[in-house]
Amino acid sequence: MIPSYTSTDHFAIIPAIMLALFGCAILLFDFWIFPDPRQKKWTLIFVAFAEGFTGFGLYQQSAWLAAGANTDLTAFSGSVTVDATAIFFNWIFVIAALIVCLVSYKYLEISGEHHGEFYSLILFAQCGMYFLATGTDLITLFIGLELMALSFYVLVGFLRSDKRSNEAAMKYLLLGAFSTGFLVYGFSILYGIADSTKLSDIAARIAERPAWDPVVFLALATTSVGLLFKISAVPFHMWAPDAYEGAPTTVTAYLSVASKAASIAFLLRIFYGPLAPFASARAVWEPLLSVVAVATLTIGNLAAINQTNIKRLLAYSSISHAGYMLLGLIAGNDTGIDGIKIYVMVYTFMNLGAFLVIVALRRQGIIGEDLEDISGLMKKSPGYAILMLIFLLSLAGIPPTAGFLGKYYIFLSLIQTRHFTLAVIATLYVAVAIYYYFKIVRAMFIGESTEKAPLATSFGLRVALAVTGFLTLAIGIYPQPFLWLALPTLTH
Amino acid sequence: MDQHLLSIILFTPLAGLAVLLFLPAKSKNLIRVWANLASFTGFLVSLPLLSRFQVGAPGFQLTERMDWIPSLGAHYAIGLDGISLLLIMLTTLMGFIATLCSWSAIDDRVKEYYAMFLLLQTGMIGVFLSLDFFLFYIFWELVLVPMYFIIGVWGGPRKLYAAIKFFLYTLAGSVMMLLGILTLYFQHYQQFHFYTFEIAELMKTHLPMGWQFGSQEWVFWLFFLGFAIKVPMFPFHTWLPDAHVEAPTAGSVILAAVLLKMGTYGFIRFSLPLLPQASSDQTIVRILAVLSIIGIIYGALVSLMQADWKKLIAYSSVSHLGFCTLGIFSLTPNGIAGSVLQQINHGISTGMLFMVIGVIYERRHTRAISEYGGLAHVMPRFAIIFAIAMLSSAGLPLLNGFVGEFTILQGVFEANRGWAAFAVSGVILGAAYLLWLYQRTMLGQVTNGKNLTLHDMNFREVAMFLPLIAWAIWIGVYPKPYFDILQKPVAQIVERVHPGYYVKALPPPAPILGEKASLGGGQ
Repeated sequence: MIPSYTSTDHFAIIPAIMLALFGCAILLFDFWIFPDPRQKKWTLIFVAFAEGFTGFGLYQQSAWLAAGANTDLTAFSGSVTVDATAIFFNWIFVIAALIVCLVSYKYLEISGEHHGEFYSLILFAQCGMYFLATGTDLITLFIGLELMALSFYVLVGFLRSDKRSNEAAMKYLLLGAFSTGFLVYGFSILYGIADSTKLSDIAARIAERPAWDPVVFLALATTSVGLLFKISAVPFHMWAPDAYEGAPTTVTAYLSVASKAASIAFLLRIFYGPLAPFASARAVWEPLLSVVAVATLTIGNLAAINQTNIKRLLAYSSISHAGYMLLGLIAGNDTGIDGIKIYVMVYTFMNLGAFLVIVALRRQGIIGEDLEDISGLMKKSPGYAILMLIFLLSLAGIPPTAGFLGKYYIFLSLIQTRHFTLAVIATLYVAVAIYYYFKIVRAMFIGESTEKAPLATSFGLRVALAVTGFLTLAIGIYPQPFLWLALPTLTH
Repeated sequence: MDQHLLSIILFTPLAGLAVLLFLPAKSKNLIRVWANLASFTGFLVSLPLLSRFQVGAPGFQLTERMDWIPSLGAHYAIGLDGISLLLIMLTTLMGFIATLCSWSAIDDRVKEYYAMFLLLQTGMIGVFLSLDFFLFYIFWELVLVPMYFIIGVWGGPRKLYAAIKFFLYTLAGSVMMLLGILTLYFQHYQQFHFYTFEIAELMKTHLPMGWQFGSQEWVFWLFFLGFAIKVPMFPFHTWLPDAHVEAPTAGSVILAAVLLKMGTYGFIRFSLPLLPQASSDQTIVRILAVLSIIGIIYGALVSLMQADWKKLIAYSSVSHLGFCTLGIFSLTPNGIAGSVLQQINHGISTGMLFMVIGVIYERRHTRAISEYGGLAHVMPRFAIIFAIAMLSSAGLPLLNGFVGEFTILQGVFEANRGWAAFAVSGVILGAAYLLWLYQRTMLGQVTNGKNLTLHDMNFREVAMFLPLIAWAIWIGVYPKPYFDILQKPVAQIVERVHPGYYVKALPPPAPILGEKASLGGGQ
């Protein structure tokens, strides 16, 4: 079989091409045309164009899908499959990348590390994510994963003169490489089983085998290690708090939202759907993942309680959110999978928003990541405090904020599939979570501020906060239009 | 206008809040005036209900219904029956009075304070109006956040502990309730093949009895956790004393008068009609009755021991709410009607008692009973008002508390004589701790020199008690209108829990209500 290039092939990856092109363009322009280190505003224009073209490509793709009635857009002999889910996740990446670039400008200026390659790396990482969401071939997926991961290793350590940033990057790199090793090992076994790297072939072969086949189990276990590492599920979560704390806050936001969303898309590809290799081995991984999910919820929520650094606290909270997303997969019915998508969507806005407030706390000479730094925020800048309150309530899942909708879907799917113990555990952790989220609220609204320096705001930050804040409330109060956007399969 | 009356009532506080946000934080008096105006308007717009409400009409009235989230089957459905009518009137009135009594007590972060109160007000009204579980749950949770801030920002020395304890406790209960709601919702889907959160639709769901998935018992206990923590029933009451003691006066007033009623209302509105078999199951009823009786007696005994004025009243709430839940689970018309009326009574009298404490606390900044004594000599007006509040809470005939307790006991007696016997001891203990409190603080000689210079209540302080006193006397002297309002909805609930109750019952129930009503008035 000779792979042949068809007319739709480029169409299927046009967003990725755009991202890569503009990423390279920023690098070149940074080097030759605009080398002035004080004037980097042009990068934002490049990013805007890159995301604009990407968005346009995605829009065209979804129009194609809508016209084609239930056929997915496959390309390169099935290495890439663009379906509604992939497009949905890609919109998340576009939004996350745009918002992160918008607020990074000021942040990097303050940190004294403003270089053009930052924006290139963001775009490259997004390019990798594109293939994580659309890839249906082991090689494509792996390249996508590595492109994303390598960009992030650099981004996490972007503050070269900051020890914590370096340490975080090193930790992330070492552990990441280790987990990738496991993942590749699993991929090699999958290739051994199917004699093909296409997910569809692998799925067909594995379906022929009994669920408890030892070889399949070995492949499952090793692949899962790599996947669970990426979504920072327990027991592979150790890197997350350190990387989140050390990385520049805007990168942390990007890492916690986009990287997690991409990895969830990847996880779904491997575990759920007609192409998923392990879809037939549900009896094996369901108990395994249940244990992982409960452990993730437990560790994430309990460890967050004692944190005094807000970024670390949000790192643990994002670990626990990974647990909720896993629960949707464990339930595994339509509601559960829809629930994961909705959860990822609302998580994007609320988590980005929460990190944006932390970004504003970073000022000249002030690191601004501790609970003390946010203390008394209500007196100093009430707007930011109220937005942060909304984001935190949403993270905790209190209606009428968006976070409740995500949790609603997950809980409902657990009840529909009669995972009652899991449902009870998951709901009880909502009450635990409120305790640590409200540590921040308490500091903001009841604590006294220690220093008087005003927040570092910029036009971009205000826009980004307004957008995320508005969406976090709007999705909570009137979710219907967003449900239709996120789940085009829903009947109108 | 008329068809949107309930929405107007629901969103008036929110509209007030929207304007409030644009007032300058510096001009405190402007904010105070506006907030009082807004909550007074909130009360005024609820008054037309009294004329629009048709006594004796079955089902819900003044309903509004719109699709809200069609994909989930959630609606904006609100409506009113006799039970919610009374609770709404209580909420709007107490909301206004609580706002009024904060005038001089709150001087710090005034704008945020009133903003929280108005938000709280919308949440509470929404809880009592919702006819859709999704909507109900959102309002139910909406109440938590402002209350957290009211306790946590403007509260006493241990405010942070009390605020988060309140939040965690009630949240843990309500997420369990959410699981119950979702179970019911999904069971309904399985039987009717469409998703809806509407209560009327969910009522049609047939849930099996037993202990398997999705049985009535299962959902009942999940609901129970949500409601019982809110009431609070023994042994879930431990958040209440902390929250009450630490909250600012107005917070305690709203907490006692309205917030706790959300739990009892939940039992009446949801547990009983939606899960009739589980609610009338012998074992479950017995457990709930025993918990209620423990609450009545335990709350009263602990009240006797308190050295803190406010804590004493807080524990008395546990005791009084025990009566309300006992009345509900007597599953008799008198028990349930009495329970609703007693909820109103408790709102009035305990609200007054907390305001009494607020008045004295503003002057002396201590709540230790031992600090006081002989206040009647220094503050005669205060002594009279406190006496009325105390006697109405203790259940003196001709005041509201008596009517409620008497009716509940009548209903309980019909269900189980033993329970009634235990519950009566709660009435006696209640009189004991309240009278003893009054004696220690008000009567005798002025023992503490600091109390000699206290000034009596001013006009505003007296004015905010007057409507409540008037209401207390009205219920005490002529409760018939209340029983008329309650008769139909209560009959529907009893008919659902005990099908054929009214056929068997001799003599028919309506005369009983009338008779008892005149009995309450006659003494």
